[in-house]
Amino acid sequence: MNHLTEEQLILHYYGEEGDASTPVEALLTEQHLEGCGECRALYGSLVRVLNVVDSLPVPDRSEDYGAQVWSRIERRLPARRRWFSLNSSPFRWAMTASALAGLVLAAFFAGRFYPMLRHGGRPSLTARNGDQGSERILLVAVGDYLERSQMVLVELANSSAKGPLDISSEQERAGDLVAETRLYRQTAAHTGDTNIDSVLEELERVLVDITHEPSKISPQGLESLRQRLETAGILFKIRVLGSNVRNQDVPAAQTAGQKL
Amino acid sequence: MELTDLGFVTKARAGDSDAYRVLVERHSRALFRLAFRMTGNQQDAEDVVQESFLRAYRQLAKFDERASFGTWLYRIAVNCSLDLVRSRKRRNENLAPADPEMDDPVLSLPSLDPTPDRMAMSGEVRDRVAEAMNDLSASERTAFVLRHFEGMCIEDVSRVLGCQPGAAKHSVFRAVQKLRRALEPLVTAR
Repeated sequence: MNHLTEEQLILHYYGEEGDASTPVEALLTEQHLEGCGECRALYGSLVRVLNVVDSLPVPDRSEDYGAQVWSRIERRLPARRRWFSLNSSPFRWAMTASALAGLVLAAFFAGRFYPMLRHGGRPSLTARNGDQGSERILLVAVGDYLERSQMVLVELANSSAKGPLDISSEQERAGDLVAETRLYRQTAAHTGDTNIDSVLEELERVLVDITHEPSKISPQGLESLRQRLETAGILFKIRVLGSNVRNQDVPAAQTAGQKL
Repeated sequence: MELTDLGFVTKARAGDSDAYRVLVERHSRALFRLAFRMTGNQQDAEDVVQESFLRAYRQLAKFDERASFGTWLYRIAVNCSLDLVRSRKRRNENLAPADPEMDDPVLSLPSLDPTPDRMAMSGEVRDRVAEAMNDLSASERTAFVLRHFEGMCIEDVSRVLGCQPGAAKHSVFRAVQKLRRALEPLVTAR
């Protein structure tokens, strides 16, 4: 008879074996423990040890502990910047980027719908050219945004450090890019471009993860982050998307050139 | 109807310090328990709680609204605890110095009727458990505390640790294995 491994017993203790909705593995483990003295003894030892660990007490804190903590930290809290404050450079950058993206989107939709309304739904040559122009602006903006995202990820992926590494500047840039990602995702969803939307969704998750890392990341943390980037293959996806965007941009630019 | 954490986060981001006070009051006790398990010392745990709320406030703009505020706060507290534990290790300080409140052996055992033997044993048990916990690596200790004491599933532990679920699971395995090896003689003797 194959005995259960220590890992299996630990998972059994925490109820994390297999799928919780189909507790077949838990039942099999139970059955095995009933019939196998050796595994039962090991499991018993494990349970006793963890019970002893549980006996390590934690000093209790009163109901008003939260109020006490607040009174200690209240004066140390930095003055909160209102959302409309333009004093900080990262915020100003984020606002500028969002405003720019907003303008690009407005130009895109105006170019797409306005001529159709004027010509009873039939886009004229001028309308098509206007449409291409707006699309081109959008593509240039998306291309630029992808390039900046790629730079942040590449910098992190290529970093190496023996001690804690300060990634606060990358985090700031990632935070700014998250706001832009959402705008571009909305556009992609609106135009029904599910491929772009799905890559941007993945990119957004990665950028959000980066902002949530400690600002001084440990070598292990950095390695784990790098592995996540590799596993998701996000850099590759961004490169492909960036290349597609550039390829779409060229004919649009050529058409605009011929018109001139 | 009482606002959710997210509602208070939104208000706090807009500069409403009362909203942040509510979040501090809501999460302080849980954060203290976590910090104490991580550091093994009351004063350090107090420092971690305060530092965590200060850091969280400074990073509030970076909080992703799709995530749980509690989990995000736990992650910050874990990082604060690890920073503190590492700086202590660099200075070669003991991770579990004498804690007057913890010297009371009655607190160390769950029994309501401690016999003198049990009381004498309790101090030794506490020291050995604290020692065994201190021998865990930072990631093992964090993963174990979150899984065992905080009851988080492996998926949530990995989110707090910022690693893959498989890595979090292995940290829990290693922690339990080390604890079992260190404490088994103690439970057998009892």
